[in-house]
Formats: sequence, C-alpha cells, structure tokens
Amino acid sequence: MHTRVNLAGVELKNPVMTASGTFGSGAEYGEYVDLNRLGAVVTKGVANVPWEGNPTPRVAEVTGGMLNAIGLQNPGIDVFCRRDIPFLRQFDTKIIVNVCGKTESDYLEVVERLADEPVDLLEINISCPNVKEGGIAFGQDPRAVEHITALVKKKARQPVIMKLSPNVTDIGEMARAAEAGGADILSLINTLTGMKIDIHRRAFVLANKTGGMSGPAIKPIALRMVYQAAQAVRIPIIGMGGIVTAEDAIEFILAGASAVSIGTANFMYPDAAVRVIEGIEAYMEKYGVEDIGELVGAVR
Amino acid sequence: MKRQIEAEILSQRRLAPEIYDMRIEGGEAAKDARPGQFVTLYCEDGARILPRPISICEREGTRFRLVYRIAGAGTREFASYGAGKKLRMMGPLGNGFPLLNKRAILIGGGIGIPPMLELMKELPGEKTAVLGYRDRELFLRDEFAAYGPVATATEDGSAGVRGNVLDAIREQGVEGEVIYACGPTPMLRAVKEYALEKGLLCYLSLEERMACGIGACLACVCRSKETDEHTGVHNKRVCKDGPVFEAREVEL
Ligand SMILES: Cc1cc2nc3c(=O)[nH]c(=O)nc-3n(C[C@H](O)[C@H](O)[C@H](O)COP(=O)(O)OP(=O)(O)OC[C@H]3O[C@@H](n4cnc5c(N)ncnc54)[C@H](O)[C@@H]3O)c2cc1C
Ligand SMILES: Cc1cc2nc3c(=O)[nH]c(=O)nc-3n(C[C@H](O)[C@H](O)[C@H](O)COP(=O)(O)O)c2cc1C
Ligand code: FES
Repeated sequence: MHTRVNLAGVELKNPVMTASGTFGSGAEYGEYVDLNRLGAVVTKGVANVPWEGNPTPRVAEVTGGMLNAIGLQNPGIDVFCRRDIPFLRQFDTKIIVNVCGKTESDYLEVVERLADEPVDLLEINISCPNVKEGGIAFGQDPRAVEHITALVKKKARQPVIMKLSPNVTDIGEMARAAEAGGADILSLINTLTGMKIDIHRRAFVLANKTGGMSGPAIKPIALRMVYQAAQAVRIPIIGMGGIVTAEDAIEFILAGASAVSIGTANFMYPDAAVRVIEGIEAYMEKYGVEDIGELVGAVR
Repeated sequence: MKRQIEAEILSQRRLAPEIYDMRIEGGEAAKDARPGQFVTLYCEDGARILPRPISICEREGTRFRLVYRIAGAGTREFASYGAGKKLRMMGPLGNGFPLLNKRAILIGGGIGIPPMLELMKELPGEKTAVLGYRDRELFLRDEFAAYGPVATATEDGSAGVRGNVLDAIREQGVEGEVIYACGPTPMLRAVKEYALEKGLLCYLSLEERMACGIGACLACVCRSKETDEHTGVHNKRVCKDGPVFEAREVEL
C-alpha cells in the first residue's frame, strides 16, 4: 500500500499539505507537528516587497467557520529566501511557495527570484479577496487567468500551480483558462467573500468590512467546485476548503483531487494534517486500496 | 513536541455576576508558565471553531487558575461545565511579564485584573496593585491584598476612589519605578501616556482577535514603532511576540 502522489513530476510522499496562510512557513507549527510527516508545506503568500497587511480586527468567527482579512501581510521575498527556505529545507517534505502580487510585474519578480531557490512548486495566488489591487482581480476573468498563467509559466523554473477563486460563476471556465495558459496544476478553493456585522456596535466586525470565509462550513461548496474543475481539465488538482478529517479529505480525492490542503483545521487541531494522513492510511487499509491513485476521481 | 491537550476541569465557581473561576489541570507544560502568559481553550460545540485566549490568573504546579467573564457563546459554554469535564487546551502561550526587581505598580482594569494576580505573587520587589472595577463586585481584590497594598477604583464610586485606575494612583499617591498593566485599550492608552509623562518603564498586556494563537496566521497583530524582526513590517504578533509589550514599542 502506498500514498505517494506525483504532481507535475514532483513526487510527494503523501497527498496532504498545509494551505497557504494558515501555517506560516512551518516554524511555529513545527513545534506541534513533525513536518517530516507532511506531503508538502505551502507557505504564506509572499510578494516582491514586504506588505503591512490590513488593520485589525483581521479575523472573525462565523458558524462552523471563520472570516479573515489578513491582507497578505508578508516580509517580502528577500527575508523569505534568507530565512524560510533554509528552515524548510531541514525537513523531508516538499516546499510549495505561494506567490502574491498587485501587478503582473510583482508576480513575475517573485517567480524569477525563486528560479534558483531550492523550492519544489510555485502556487500563484490570483484569488485573494482581501487586497484592493491584484489578487482576485486576476482570478475572476478567464482571459486574465490565461494571460497571467502564461506570463508566469514563461519565467518559472518550477512547475506552476494556479490557485483559483471560488468567487466566480463558472469554475470550470476558470480551470480551463488556467490550463490553456499552461498551468501544471490547479488548487482550489481560496476563501469565499463574506461579511459579519456586530449588531450591538452597529459596525462591521472586520476592519476590512469583508473577509474570506474558510473552515468546515464551506466544505460542500469547495467539494462541488473541485468536482466541476476536475471534470473540466486534465491537469492534477489540489483540493481544499473546510477539510478537517480524513473523511473530508477522501471526499475531495474521490471528487477528483490528486492532493489536499489543510487550512483552517490547523487552528482547531495543530496536528490536523497528520491526523488526516493517518486516517487516509487507515481507510486504504480497510478497503484494500493499494495505490491512492485508485481513489482519485473515482466518483463521477 | 508541544501539544494540544485534553485538560480536565478540577473545579469551577462563580466569583461575581458573569465572572467565573476555573481550575484546570495543565499537564507538564504548565510548570514553565510565567505570569502574563495565556492559554487557549477550545469549544466542544463545532459551530465555534476558534480558540478562546484566557490569561493565566494563577498557577500551582501543573494546575492553572483561569478567571474569565462571559463575553459570548464560547465563554458561556465554558461556564456551563463543572469538575471532571475535559476541554481541549493549548499553552502556556505568549511571552509573559518580565520579573524586574524594581518598585512596581500593577494596574488591572476589569477582566484585565486576573493576570495581575500571579504577577503580584511572583514579583520580587516592593509592589502596589491598582485595580479598576465597574462597581462593588470586587472580584479577586482581597487575594491581591495578601501580597501588598491595593488601591481600588470603581466607575460608580461604590468602593474606593470614584473613577479610573489613574484617578486612584493620583489620589492615593501610588509611586513606583515600573508599571505593569492589563485592561481595556482606552485604559492602556492612558496608562502609557502617564508612564511616558513620568518617565517610567511600562509593560502593557494587549488583546487582539486570534486564530492560531501560536504566531503562524498573522491575525492578531498590533502596530509596532520599529520594523519587527520576524514580520519584516511594523507589526508584532500579540499571541507570540506579546501579549506583553514595553509601552514604547507599540502604537495603541
Ligand atoms: C491574550 C488574551 C488574554 C485574555 N485573557 C482573558 C481572561 O483572562 N479573562 C477573560 O474573561 N477574557 C480574556 N480575554 C478575552 C477572551 O478571549 C474573550 O472574552 C473570549 O474569547 C470571548 O469568547 P466568546 O465566545 O465568549 O465571545 P464571542 O464574542 O462570541 O467570540 C467570538 C470570537 O471572537 C473572539 N473574541 C471575542 N472577544 C475577544 C476579546 N476580547 N479578545 C480576543 N478575542 C475575542 C473569540 O475568541 C471568538 O473567536 C483575553 C484575550 C486575549 C487576547
Ligand atoms: C488566515 C488565513 C490566511 C490565508 N492566507 C492565504 C494566502 O496568503 N494565500 C492564499 O493563496 N490563500 C490564503 N488563505 C486561503 C487558504 O489557503 C485556503 O484556500 C482556504 O482557507 C480554504 O481552506 P480551509 O477551509 O481549509 O481553510 C488563507 C486562509 C486563512 C484562513
Ligand atoms: S493568532 Fe495567529 S499569529 Fe497570532
């Protein structure tokens, strides 16, 4: 029995990774989980220069989930290359760098800077709902998706994951656009735009007014979108959105995801990703699944 | 490896209206806890997914005492539990107060009072507590009195000085070389201003909404005066770099 998966030529020991922005660069959670157990660590979005992010409150709880409007605070690519990549290199796990930007050239600058760095995959975030420029603006129009994907592919030395937004009418169309632009892999979903109002203060709970919703409550929507994307393209898909348990993860795999990301669940259980890995192994054993690939897209 | 544990509630009682006093078994990690650190408690109700940060009010061996106010559904859930119930918990988290051997003024406002109790116990030098309450529900006050003088302020004037903690400091002529404070942000702002005016060293314990509680998600930041070494921007993480900051380091 084995859980190995191959994503655009990169072999992961198992299909479980941590979702961008929920796990930093692994240093803090590394005190709670053995990073060597993870298929990959996906880092917090990094830009060409440091970003201060949004004012607080940046998070709010909603029933079965949360809203966040961190605003892609990050220390910039220089600090990231100097500190975070060497840290992650100490572990037997793949490194996936999540890239954000306000303009095309911001993205390309980071992608070029990473060309000679020992990282395995790039994940291009064209779906952050919490920054005014860039981010989601690139992710809601199929022509823009194809265009930015093609630009990134031209410069990238590592295989490219395009991270799609769920805040669109037809996810299949976006998935096809990214594939047409040359994407090697897709990941979805990023957060769903939401809002919370404090009726006693008669004010928005988040300083940013709106935020991205994540956590268990969004799982059915995420699963439906992963299924639709998987029907629309031939490239592998990393599924995420509300995964807490191995059962959740297996649903995504059956719907067509080759790998899964654990995001908000880390806040609930710091060892959530390892629990998911162990649960997937137990499931495979129980049903006599030899190769996890047998499960990918098995439900049509 | 650090862990999230299933912590057993040893006892729980009501101290004042809406204020609860919980003793909980913290396990081995509790032995290293310092005053000003906090734990995060997790709800059993799956609708509430995020941790609730609660300061350590006292620590005895591996046991924590937590004193908290019912502020919403999560703290209401905790208040409904009795001895024997197990809650998921992480901690101790955060940095805690530095224990300086100087004449100290410990200022607590409202639900910012509990974390000052362990500090009052552990500070080596001469110390005075200044506690600000809403009304005559003076929870924990007598326990502070065991370790040093206590000045009291109440908003409604029903006990001690009528007004806020600074009114009590001025009226009672409380003096010291270092201030430690925890309470609502307007109080902390006023305390910072007072400390700067008097040229006193001042440590403030801040509060912010959290998601991870361990420094990974950047939800809980405060504005810092200088570029922070970790974040690379003018932001510090309350959960990891704080909750205690020297007043000059942060903008409130
Ligand atoms: C470092 C720190 C130490 C604290 N220590 C204590 C303490 O010793 N005693 C005490 O009574 N309270 C303390 N608080 C405040 C306490 O965390 C909140 O009152 C509690 O989280 C409210 O949860 P709820 O579900 O009852 O309220 P809800 O309003 O329903 O909570 C909804 C969400 O908002 C968050 N939230 C609400 N109020 C606050 C707040 N003031 N600060 C941070 N997050 C909040 C909750 O954690 C939850 O995620 C502390 C806060 C921090 C940041
Ligand atoms: C606090 C927080 C920060 C996030 N930051 C990023 C980010 O920097 N880049 C990104 O592509 N996605 C980011 N996301 C989105 C997650 O990676 C993920 O797509 C989403 O949360 C759905 O998965 P989940 O329900 O398992 O959390 C963030 C999510 C959260 C909750
Ligand atoms: S709560 Fe996540 S960084 Fe502080």
